Amino acid sequence: MSVAAISLSEAQPLVSVPHRGKVAMAGLIIAEAAIFTIFVVAYLFYIGKSLTGPTPREVLEIPVFYTICLLSSSLTIHYAGKVLERGRRGAFLTLWSLTILLGGLFLFGTGQEWHRLIYEHGLTISTNLFGTTYYSLVGLHAFHVTLGIIMLVIVAIFAFAGRVGSEHSRRVDVLSMYWHFVDAVWVVVFTVVYLLGR
Amino acid sequence: MSSNAITIPGVQVEGKSWLETLHEWVTTVDHKRLGILYIIYGLGFLVIGGVEALIIRVQLMHSHNDFVTPQVFNRMFTMHGTTMIFFMVMPVLFGFANYLVPLMIGARDMAFPRLNAFSFWLTAFGGLLLYFSFLGGSGLYGAGNAPDVGWWAYAPLGARAFSPGHSTDYWTLSLLVSGLGSIGTAINIIATVLCMRGPGMKLGRMPLLVWLYLVMGGMVLIAITPLSAAQIMLLVDRYLGGHFFDTQAGGSAVLWMHFFWIFGHPEVYVLVIPAFGFASEIIPVFSRKPIFGYPIMVAATVAIGFVSLSVWAHHMFTVGMNSYANSFFAITTMAVGIPTGIKIFNWIGTMWGGRIQFKVPMLFCIGFLFQFLIAGLTGIIQASVPVDWQLSLSYFVVAHFHYVIVGGILFATFAAFYYWYPKVTGRMLSENLGKWHFWLFVIGFHMTFDVMHIPGLLGMPRRIYTYEPGRGWDTLNLIVSIGAFIQAVAIVVFVWNLVISYIKGAKAGNDPWDAWTLEWSTSSPPPAYNFATVPMVGSRRPLWDLKHPEDPDSQYE
Repeated sequence: MSVAAISLSEAQPLVSVPHRGKVAMAGLIIAEAAIFTIFVVAYLFYIGKSLTGPTPREVLEIPVFYTICLLSSSLTIHYAGKVLERGRRGAFLTLWSLTILLGGLFLFGTGQEWHRLIYEHGLTISTNLFGTTYYSLVGLHAFHVTLGIIMLVIVAIFAFAGRVGSEHSRRVDVLSMYWHFVDAVWVVVFTVVYLLGR
Repeated sequence: MSSNAITIPGVQVEGKSWLETLHEWVTTVDHKRLGILYIIYGLGFLVIGGVEALIIRVQLMHSHNDFVTPQVFNRMFTMHGTTMIFFMVMPVLFGFANYLVPLMIGARDMAFPRLNAFSFWLTAFGGLLLYFSFLGGSGLYGAGNAPDVGWWAYAPLGARAFSPGHSTDYWTLSLLVSGLGSIGTAINIIATVLCMRGPGMKLGRMPLLVWLYLVMGGMVLIAITPLSAAQIMLLVDRYLGGHFFDTQAGGSAVLWMHFFWIFGHPEVYVLVIPAFGFASEIIPVFSRKPIFGYPIMVAATVAIGFVSLSVWAHHMFTVGMNSYANSFFAITTMAVGIPTGIKIFNWIGTMWGGRIQFKVPMLFCIGFLFQFLIAGLTGIIQASVPVDWQLSLSYFVVAHFHYVIVGGILFATFAAFYYWYPKVTGRMLSENLGKWHFWLFVIGFHMTFDVMHIPGLLGMPRRIYTYEPGRGWDTLNLIVSIGAFIQAVAIVVFVWNLVISYIKGAKAGNDPWDAWTLEWSTSSPPPAYNFATVPMVGSRRPLWDLKHPEDPDSQYE
């Protein structure tokens, strides 16, 4: 008697299962969201508790342009996935490179802001509680953007080599889930640091 | 039932050298081998953590003892707690998840075999980092040795000023690294359960253990990550001069407590939910009845998962929160007792009217049932804020959570060892040695942890190095320590049983317990591909359907 005999006389419907890459990325996003939540809570808890200056109101400027860059990269990566599904490789490559460019611009913006804060205002991670929480939260986010860009670049290298086709669109979608998450986190960080925190 | 393995005629299998075998195990991505690696790794740390516990108990055996120095004593209780939670219970439970989940749902491997191997080696590396602190903890400052800040590492103890040298860095990094491993495994378990099920294996037909591991995986994602975040903050404080937990710069020590316990309390449920799963698989088989109230068990588990995320601050009643916070956390803590109570009634309902076979796995499950009930009750006692003000940080608390972790989780895990060892090795564990193990452990456990409640009630604080004579604690502590040694003997019997049965144990066959879940349909040990033909499932007990074609479960579901 073999195990195949477990099958019953009436045909059982096969279970429809979701894409494992998407499930795994959703799991990772939940875990990352919890990490960011703790950092956001710490930031909110310490608003106005620094014993010394500089304060956020004195030194922070709202990074409108770079925020627009990052948020619009969500659109470009979304449409990159769409066109890849239809097999339009050229359009995919353009939109994908644009996403990398926009993400890179955002990182440049963060770097510029940090340079200004450190060299003009003397705010470092050890200056006061604002410095500690600000650099940790924004830095954690920038770290995730960097990771995302590295992964985007890897896909781009394969795409330039002509190795990315419509059959890979589900995998590309998994990466784009991560990128959307990084963008969504920025919305929260932006609200907390630049709107509530000032 | 015949073996499910494919035999290829005319192929000579050559013997492998030990180097080839070692290479195979180190580079393996097979879920069964990784499961075994996790479990052996966890057992190794059980012995190490156990020795540390014995050192603590020898030191406390009588008043004014100086068996070890106070510094060593601090290191021992820190390392004991950290080791047992992160490097013993977690790996063993992940090991069982790795081994059993794919087999139980009719899959050939986990969803991400390489991620699986990566996660295991991260966890393994984390454990090595922790123990490397004995050698490298002194660092440039020549201060410190192994971590000695308690397993909570409450601020400001973890800060540079109070914890010079690298011991706390090793502690932080090892928990961060093994935490990443846990997240990887949790993602893998969730993806496996949701995406790798065989034909007919609907969510509502999965064995309860698989359901419970799904909930556990979800909880790991939400509960372990706050600890990782807090460890990153601690590293920022220690290495970059940050002020997260630096009270002199306006930082808050209480915030660390919150972050730690947002992890710390759900962690208990991360550990106990798989133990519930073991009981839910083993009790029905040895009661010869299907589990009572399957959907309610699933619902209760999910409810425990949710409620347990909002109880953490009951560890902090003595910190001085306001009365609203105290009331909230007291109520939620008591509320966890409701779904847990439902589970206990369901297990009793499963046994009720069954033809109970008192084999060793069942003995451990019954022990689990009684002891977990008592552990839950002492938990409810402490959920009451005024009582907690009296008992917090006393040996009563130590007795309570050891009742949960040893009396509950470890007993259920021992049951799982006796129950699934035949599947993993193809040999039965000796019933005789198993009964010695069980009774010695029960006697030692109750001597230690029943009695330990009393010095707690008499006011003996936890983590003290020694105590004055004449407080009425001496005899009690001596009994507690003797019990610890009886437990150690029981563990020796257990390990001996694992070894000797592997060599001399009776052949198990595919299905030694006449059980009902899919893992028993394949050979013991299962072939690398698990199932030659991926089985079709028509009910919650696919093997019952197979053995009783005249009265299959699928007719009633």
